[in-house]
Amino acid sequence: MNGVHDMGGMHGFGPIVIDEDEHLFHAPWEARVRSMVMLSIAQGRFNADASRYGIEQMPPAVQLNAPYFERWLASLEFNHVREGNVSEVELEDRIDVLRENPSFTVEPKAPLRPSNPPRTGNLDGLVGLSANPRFAVGDAVIAKNINPLGHTRLPRYARGKRGTITRVHGIFAFADTNAHGLGLQPQTVYNVAFAGRELWGDSAEMNQVVSLDLWESHLEPPPAE
Amino acid sequence: MTADPEQEPYVALRTKALESLLIEKGLLTEEAKDRQVSAYEMDIGPLAGAKVVAKAWTDAEFRGRLLSDAGAAIAEMGLATGTSLVVVENTPDVHNMVVCTLCSCYPWMVLGLPPTWYKSFAYRSRAVIEPRSVLSEFGLELPEDVTVHVWDSSAEQRYMVLPQRPSGTEAMSEDELASLVSRDAMIGVAAVEEPAT
Repeated sequence: MNGVHDMGGMHGFGPIVIDEDEHLFHAPWEARVRSMVMLSIAQGRFNADASRYGIEQMPPAVQLNAPYFERWLASLEFNHVREGNVSEVELEDRIDVLRENPSFTVEPKAPLRPSNPPRTGNLDGLVGLSANPRFAVGDAVIAKNINPLGHTRLPRYARGKRGTITRVHGIFAFADTNAHGLGLQPQTVYNVAFAGRELWGDSAEMNQVVSLDLWESHLEPPPAE
Repeated sequence: MTADPEQEPYVALRTKALESLLIEKGLLTEEAKDRQVSAYEMDIGPLAGAKVVAKAWTDAEFRGRLLSDAGAAIAEMGLATGTSLVVVENTPDVHNMVVCTLCSCYPWMVLGLPPTWYKSFAYRSRAVIEPRSVLSEFGLELPEDVTVHVWDSSAEQRYMVLPQRPSGTEAMSEDELASLVSRDAMIGVAAVEEPAT
């Protein structure tokens, strides 16, 4: 989707702020959110592509104002609700219970409930070698001008631009479909290098190249000359 | 990007509420969750990447294997990479830097968790359109004839930069070399400095 998460080339976010003494986590809840996300993906509750989509679907102003791990939390809630594991009402009610009674605890269940079906993706070892890739190193390609409402890993700044294949990475699940339960659609992923001037015109800096990893479905051959 | 101090308790409450429901429903255990947290806090950090760099600087054959298949080369050192890792080499003509404009993909298997600036909107938006300007904010000024190659991590490949070995380090051991290599140099926003004598 053409969301605010797709930030490459945007202006106005100011200088890079570097905090030399920074801690990995700023509060205990951040570490807990991270571990819940990693475990949920490892258990096949949802896949990494759906996890990214969960952040993208946050309303733009909310997304821009939420600190990093709050965006992860929003996605974690979104995906567990989307998969029917919890409901929004249950979440609201449990927040109220914990607000009234901070020492409220629940009984853990063993064994854990399996994910049925498990939501698999590229972190589950799907990678293979491409038997018959459409493009080869050195080929010119155009990144398609697509504007899907759902998840895509083809950023806006490269759409319609011409680049060159520099690596053939092998076969991976297609994030754009797999984020939405529309199947793995495994296909070749390529590294494509774009010249700075192709992307940014006269605003490009001197001697600049940007490489992106794109799936075969994102690419087409340039028109015949 | 800093949390509103009034809001943070509510975020913590939301976290607890979800955690409590997932445990109650048999979707999560306390113990597994704690193990994940400690793995990231204690076990993984940029030292793994620095060791890889130092080995590449001292062993040309390893360097060749690292650049052609980083996962296999790093496995020789007893380190696992999980998803696919690609190592890109800085030369006198090409400087590489890594970003993820769409989210915050990062080579955590060799560098640990990303610094906050890497996840910031400023870095994500600017690295692809004005990388030299970003690098100069990190104190790195590159000559105009050096190509700046930005790797935007849009799929499951993760990128790490192999910095140039500084002069004046010919007599140093692998461990001493590793101690010179900063996380920022492996993201590509810094050079490895010649050690002060």
